[in-house]
Amino acid sequence: MGQLKVIEGGGEVAVTTRLSDLLQWARKWSLFQYPFVTACCGMEFMATAAPRYDIARFGAEAPRFSPRQSDVLWVVGTISQRQGPAVRRIWEQMADPKWVIAFGTCASCGGFYDNYTTIPGVDKVIPVDVYIPGCPPRPEAVLDALMLLQDKIQANDRKPIVVPPRLVPERAPGRTGEGNS
Amino acid sequence: MSQAVVDRLNTQFGERVLETSDAFGDHEVVVALKDWAEVAQFMKDDADIRMDHFIDLTAVDYPERETARFDLVLMTRSSVTCARIRLRTYVKDGEEPGTLSSIWSGANWAEREVWDMFGIKFAGHPDMRRILLYEEFVGHPLRKDYPIDKAQPLVPYREVDDIDKLPPFGIEEGQPFARIDWESRLAGGDDQVSPAIGVQQGQRRTLSDSEAARHIQARIDARMAKEAEAAQATEETTGEGSGE
Repeated sequence: MGQLKVIEGGGEVAVTTRLSDLLQWARKWSLFQYPFVTACCGMEFMATAAPRYDIARFGAEAPRFSPRQSDVLWVVGTISQRQGPAVRRIWEQMADPKWVIAFGTCASCGGFYDNYTTIPGVDKVIPVDVYIPGCPPRPEAVLDALMLLQDKIQANDRKPIVVPPRLVPERAPGRTGEGNS
Repeated sequence: MSQAVVDRLNTQFGERVLETSDAFGDHEVVVALKDWAEVAQFMKDDADIRMDHFIDLTAVDYPERETARFDLVLMTRSSVTCARIRLRTYVKDGEEPGTLSSIWSGANWAEREVWDMFGIKFAGHPDMRRILLYEEFVGHPLRKDYPIDKAQPLVPYREVDDIDKLPPFGIEEGQPFARIDWESRLAGGDDQVSPAIGVQQGQRRTLSDSEAARHIQARIDARMAKEAEAAQATEETTGEGSGE
């Protein structure tokens, strides 16, 4: 939580914070998700939800197939022009506060579908909070996105953000030593 | 096997079979448009050839051809003899071939797809609607004169300042901006395609890492300046509001 004050004394502990911080904390650890899965990225989404990567660690394991019960809309895969109204409608039906994650290159910017039939990024239709690049992204990137979203929720920050590439310390330029052959 | 089908059609229809070929073992029979449905019906019903498996029906657009603009291509197979035959005809723009959906029910959706993509209507089809695209779509996109990047959005695109992609998304990334190098065009250059594609095609030299970093930094700076400006603007307006 943002500002957390722990007061100890007399064998008892009291913790003070602000109400908004507490609310944001509760929101970020109980994200109900609406998976709008249209394409191959869905495989990686399933892998992320499965036990090895275990999205349940972040309190986001419960998919809700009704937009009225969900907090975060995962747009997973290519969105064609014909699907535009459906995505828009689902987003409109979600109750505030709501967040949108564009999963993969197609949802982020249309990917290689440079043609008449694909929406060039779902942000042309609905506002997106977190973009996950990758074709498809690995589950690690998806978890990074979820953690980024949690940070944004805690900070009450609605600015869109792109998941940065993970740095592999052993391969960082200029680094010498064990592991770099 | 397939040759036997061609021979059978030749004896049955004689002069009405315009052309036959067997390039690479793919046997093909060309007929006139008026014989299209009749030949197909014969292929399905004849006891010797029994082409009972409808594989696909599609079209090919030759906009420069003066005689007839489209080729209509039917692919069939026999589950009895395993023969495969391609039946082809020529269709002018606006002509309506007879439907095959009463012969093979699988032709129903294939004909709808041909209508959707090429704009060839089928006479007698029970449900001549678009199948892949939406009713509001104008034109037929697999015709070669349809511009590939001409989207017809059902939902109007959002118009907000920050819809421009963030780094690492440049404005030249994502379709349909990939085709034209707007940054270069606006600066008076004549580069036709985006930097990434230009490098691939040898029109451009590759950016070094430092140049690319400078590029991205410039983008970030511009964005931040814009945001600061906006923040200042809102501050001024709220300041005025609560002042007195």
